[in-house]
Amino acid sequence: MPFLNPAPTPTPDSEPFWQAANCGELLIKHCEGCGQAHWYPRPNCPFCASDRTVWRKASGRGTIQSHCHLRRVADPYVLAYVTLEEGPTMMTNIIDCDPDSLKIGDPVTVSFIPSADPDQRVPVFTVQV
Amino acid sequence: MFRTPLAYIVGAYEHPLRDAPETSVAQLHAEVALGALADAGLSKDDVDGFFCGPDAPGTGPLSLADYMNLNLRHVDTTNTSGSSYLIHVAHAVQAIAAGKCNVALITLAGRPRQQGKGKGSLKRADDPNQPDFQWEHPFGLQILGAYGMVAERHRHLYGTTAEQMGWVKVAASHHAQHNPHAMLRKVVTVEDVVTSPLVAGPLHRLDCCVVTDGGGALVVARPEIARSLKRPLVAVIGCGEAPMGQAGGYAEITNTAAQRSGAAAFAEAGITPADIQYASLYDSFTITAMLQIEDLGFCEKGQVGRFVMDGNLISGVGKLPFNTDGGGLCNNHPVNRGGMTKALEAVRQLRGEAHPAVQVPNCRLALANAIGGQLGVRHASSTLILERE
Repeated sequence: MPFLNPAPTPTPDSEPFWQAANCGELLIKHCEGCGQAHWYPRPNCPFCASDRTVWRKASGRGTIQSHCHLRRVADPYVLAYVTLEEGPTMMTNIIDCDPDSLKIGDPVTVSFIPSADPDQRVPVFTVQV
Repeated sequence: MFRTPLAYIVGAYEHPLRDAPETSVAQLHAEVALGALADAGLSKDDVDGFFCGPDAPGTGPLSLADYMNLNLRHVDTTNTSGSSYLIHVAHAVQAIAAGKCNVALITLAGRPRQQGKGKGSLKRADDPNQPDFQWEHPFGLQILGAYGMVAERHRHLYGTTAEQMGWVKVAASHHAQHNPHAMLRKVVTVEDVVTSPLVAGPLHRLDCCVVTDGGGALVVARPEIARSLKRPLVAVIGCGEAPMGQAGGYAEITNTAAQRSGAAAFAEAGITPADIQYASLYDSFTITAMLQIEDLGFCEKGQVGRFVMDGNLISGVGKLPFNTDGGGLCNNHPVNRGGMTKALEAVRQLRGEAHPAVQVPNCRLALANAIGGQLGVRHASSTLILERE
């Protein structure tokens, strides 16, 4: 049985994000009030509190802000923070990599893998070659 | 004396057990409460304020207040995880100053070792209503991973090495050898730390704290009462508390809220880090204590790797004696909430009651700091500055 990421538990305001994830798109929230992108997505901007936040498709490219190889668990994995091209940093996993050769600053690209819920994919990253 | 203290820590007690299979959680709370009151020379009937965290079983303070049959007029259940108990001290001082209570009791107790949480892979509570949950849980966030990412980034930015991190554990173990109650009393070397198994990112097994049952308690009282008791006077002269999150996705994970809680406490006390003779620092991991050393101002940001080397944290050897009870790394980390024990050892140092092998000579100014929650994700720092009169 391959390891599957725990399924997310979407809230009413996050449904568009998780539906887009199933279509291979990474959405992030931008604020039309102050122009800033933020993570994690919220209805109200965490900077100016405006409710004029909109979903925009991210490029799916970013760099590793930090990473941690969890070695002593049944299915070892790499937890990471990835700083997106659009600015904010998100928590994710780095997959299909040699954990010992990962470096902070490495460029990475999003991909979407199945979770424990067969109908829901989650965004993870691979190192760009 | 920099200003008239508003309240004093008059009682302190650390439960001697590290494994408590025979004692209920409520009874552990009662034992530490009675221990701290006896230490102060007070009785439970003197207590009119009660402070506890979510380790207290039941609804807030209600079950324990009933269990101990306390007659209260002020309660506070502030929860910032492991840093709660130093915030409780600060809030007790404020409540006493505001006339809301005279004698405040603060307890922490539990038995994670009996409840299957002894293996170091503590998982967060599954609460889908927690707004960050859906953005973190699918990726396997756990305490080791959060701190491993912080340590990895500090290494990347500042060149901090595994050997330098190891020095923190070495210092703690030098202190723990003198503490008969410490969970781990064996003195270890830097080589022991860096050759112990890697568990998460750059963190080795010996970079991680112990998991223990037990607990501790503090009693804070107004000045007239403190002066009427027979114990040395330990004044609370500075307090700071600060939560920190991910700043909408723009946080630097090697920064901690100790930058703000420390600055607030030092400003209130009217002293500087150079005045501190002893420091209790939260040491869930070696890197946790190191970031506090930087962020409280004991060294420049990024320089802590060099600062901790060569025994600089060992009492009698270095410039900043820390965690002379052995800390969370070697002595005690009850209920995975280490703030309480940080205050307890600071009080011992100021009273001159630390083990003679680790007692700081004529210790008059001490600091206790705690980090609760998870660095890099969400945490709160609380700082106390204490002075012996």
